Amino acid sequence: MARHDTRLTRRDALKGVAGLVLGFYLPGDAAKAQSGAARIFTPDAGAAAFAPNAFVRIGADDRVTVLIKHIEFGQGPFTGLATLVAEELDADWSKVRAEHAPSNPDLYKNLAFGMQGTGGSTAIANSYEQMRKAGATARAMLVEAAAQAWRVPAGEITVERGVLRHARTGRTGRFGQFAQAASHVPVPDNVPLKDAARFRLIGREGAVRRLDSASKANGTAQFTIDIREPDMLTVVVARPSRFGGKVVSFEAGDARAVRGVVDVKEVPSGVAVYAEGMWPALKGRERLRVTWDEAGAEKRSTDEIIEAYRELARKPGTVAGQHGDAEAALARGGRVIEAEYVFPYLAHAPMEPLDGFLHWDGQRALARLGSQLQTGDHQAIAGVLGLSPEQVRLETMLAGGSFGRRAQPTMELAVELAQVAKAIGPGRPVKLVWTREDDIRGGYYRPLFVHRLRGALRDGKIVAWANTAVGQTFLKGSPFEAMIKDGIDPLMVEGARELSYDIADFRCDVHTADVGVPTLWWRSVGHTHTGYAVECFVDELLQAAGQDPVAGRLAMMGKAPRHAGVLRAVADLARWSGPGPFNDRARGVAVVESFGSFIAQIAEVSAGGPEGPRVHRVWCAVDCGVAVNPDVIRAQMEGGIGFGLGHALFAEVELDEGRPVQGNFDTYRSLRIHEMPQVEVAIVRSAETPTGVGEPGVPPIAPAVANAMARLGLPRPRRLPMLRGLAS
Amino acid sequence: MAISIKVNGVRHSVDVDGDTPLLWVLRDALGLTGTKFGCGIAQCGACTVFLNGKPLRSCAFPIAALGDGEVTTIEGVNGRTARAVQRAWTARDVPQCGYCQSGQVMSAIALLSEVRRPTDRDIDLAMNGNICRCAAYVRIRAAIKDAARTLEG
Ligand code: FES
Ligand code: FES
Repeated sequence: MARHDTRLTRRDALKGVAGLVLGFYLPGDAAKAQSGAARIFTPDAGAAAFAPNAFVRIGADDRVTVLIKHIEFGQGPFTGLATLVAEELDADWSKVRAEHAPSNPDLYKNLAFGMQGTGGSTAIANSYEQMRKAGATARAMLVEAAAQAWRVPAGEITVERGVLRHARTGRTGRFGQFAQAASHVPVPDNVPLKDAARFRLIGREGAVRRLDSASKANGTAQFTIDIREPDMLTVVVARPSRFGGKVVSFEAGDARAVRGVVDVKEVPSGVAVYAEGMWPALKGRERLRVTWDEAGAEKRSTDEIIEAYRELARKPGTVAGQHGDAEAALARGGRVIEAEYVFPYLAHAPMEPLDGFLHWDGQRALARLGSQLQTGDHQAIAGVLGLSPEQVRLETMLAGGSFGRRAQPTMELAVELAQVAKAIGPGRPVKLVWTREDDIRGGYYRPLFVHRLRGALRDGKIVAWANTAVGQTFLKGSPFEAMIKDGIDPLMVEGARELSYDIADFRCDVHTADVGVPTLWWRSVGHTHTGYAVECFVDELLQAAGQDPVAGRLAMMGKAPRHAGVLRAVADLARWSGPGPFNDRARGVAVVESFGSFIAQIAEVSAGGPEGPRVHRVWCAVDCGVAVNPDVIRAQMEGGIGFGLGHALFAEVELDEGRPVQGNFDTYRSLRIHEMPQVEVAIVRSAETPTGVGEPGVPPIAPAVANAMARLGLPRPRRLPMLRGLAS
Repeated sequence: MAISIKVNGVRHSVDVDGDTPLLWVLRDALGLTGTKFGCGIAQCGACTVFLNGKPLRSCAFPIAALGDGEVTTIEGVNGRTARAVQRAWTARDVPQCGYCQSGQVMSAIALLSEVRRPTDRDIDLAMNGNICRCAAYVRIRAAIKDAARTLEG
């Protein structure tokens, strides 16, 4: 299939991008429907005079609009992808703006996925060439238009900051002046791209500022929750308190009596309350009496699930990676150390809860939501409403965070959105809103995991390593199932099935447990737990061997030059002189590669008080290939560190007989400003193809903190969050 | 029941139940959507507005309790302090997803209106009711200090 061919030819460019890349798979139905979906909306030029391709619009007013195929929910693709276009276009950055491209997989597919969507920190990686080509092509056409108008050779025209110039004749002109004429120039093939040495925006400190900062600082940025349309109804859904529950019957008299409540309908996910605003919707929902059938629901508590996992972890699982013979090496003696780590269910809790807008008139539908997998959401909405994809238009909105939550293989939000629209019938626009409690109790968590590790030391060296992981797979039964190879879901063991360290005898195996709690990728996916297990355990072994955490790691990184590079860089940045403790503070180290980016962090920690350890400073070195927007990279490292730290310290969703206990930020505790460490980031110079930064900042911080705690004489936390039961 | 409220200097009559939180009156009745919903239980600060110039979590404040109080939202802030804060926010590229930022900006304006030269501790105390799930805290702190410097100069 053509789609596969595209991917293969791109493989080199995308090498090192998430494991997601190679296994991404479009279900048969979606593949068939895809060509249809592609036709439904070919973006026109709008008011723009010049629309050379799907990504670039230039108006007579000189404004350059870049259509962004990736959702902007904080990680900076608006700015990043626009930078790539503006670089090759030699545009004036102050005239550049970005907007979301519509759903159209042919034009806007993620080249790493084969469908439109964002994830696996692929936005820059898969767009790097594509967006530069789009800019270079537009530039060549503007130059040609000017050459014809001025009757001079195109090769003599230069472009700088949105101005075309012919030095010999002293002529100059702005993009806007040639936009109209350029639209009649034939689109050239294979326009050459700039040599990196000539970059003026890419990788240049301070050359671009984010395109979305001002509207977010003054409240004018429009999110899905802000949509208001005439006759629109706000919808909240009462869902079962346990995963897998179903509606038996409901009594809605009291709910309907609430002023502003318009209707109440049963939908497959529960009972929907339709109202003229959020407050009456919530009041109505509170007054519903629903009888649930929970016979098929998951009824275990997290403590029981953990016990079951621990038992499994003592038996060998399916081998995910091995060399040598770890069991034999462990049996040979030396000093054998064992550790077990327990990781809780985690909610993503994006600041804007899940929401979506849909207007269906019976023939056509307009959906507007923070869609992260547009092609899937588009198909799902069309499917529920019995429309063809051509009859549905899906617009991506800015979203208040995602951290993975909006990338839904089961399209549960889009499906529920279409179902609530369908239940009330055509002609009533609906805005479906989840509350924070709906969100935190709504499942699709980072799966609970147990890792059991055993290692052997001989002559001060780590000679054997065995790791058994136990958890759930969320790929099974999803459109991504093809990623499961030889019975192994790679997302469960990424970062653990092979290590950057030279260890002679090694094994990693995995048990896949069956639990009725829906789970999902969560910012940095498997690395959220494997990064902690591996980096804590290697540190524990090095400590037992009396080795320095930096030097000890470097000695084992002979085959991992980029890991070693960031580790050296972070040690320099922090002026490393050992882990300490120095006075009351100690330093911990961790290095994790994820999504093709290499990150090392050093955390400086003191024991703190009853509120737990205090993280004062964090140094971070990142190698993500060519650094397109250094300041966006720094922002993502800072944010990733805060996100990772907050969850490691405070966050878990426990189940009590199957019911999620935590429900809002009072109990699902978030990092707050006074707990945020100072952060210093060094970006390692690299000429490699750029890789992502949205997720990779997260995994190293928790083990770095744990490793510092160990040097303070505290136990390395074996169960996360570090502060259990302190959530308030 | 018709309730009369003054928001951003303009008087409105809204027909809502008295227990309706101010947040939903602003967003659903008046269309002032800059003020955000994040938790509904006064935990996250996304819904921060000013009541008579002082920060208030509008999600947990019933409209009936407003009385003669004057409400200012992100749409209505202006003046030197607000400008300094918003400029600092843009110059530092503070926002990531941006969803918490109306509330952050409101809390920062409130802080700098009271304390011209806030210490780190002042910032911690004034800002720790505002959660940023993207953890843009490093820049929030730096931007507040930038704004304070502008206001001094
Ligand atoms: S929405 Fe009001 S504090 Fe969170
Ligand atoms: S910028 Fe995303 S929650 Fe603060």
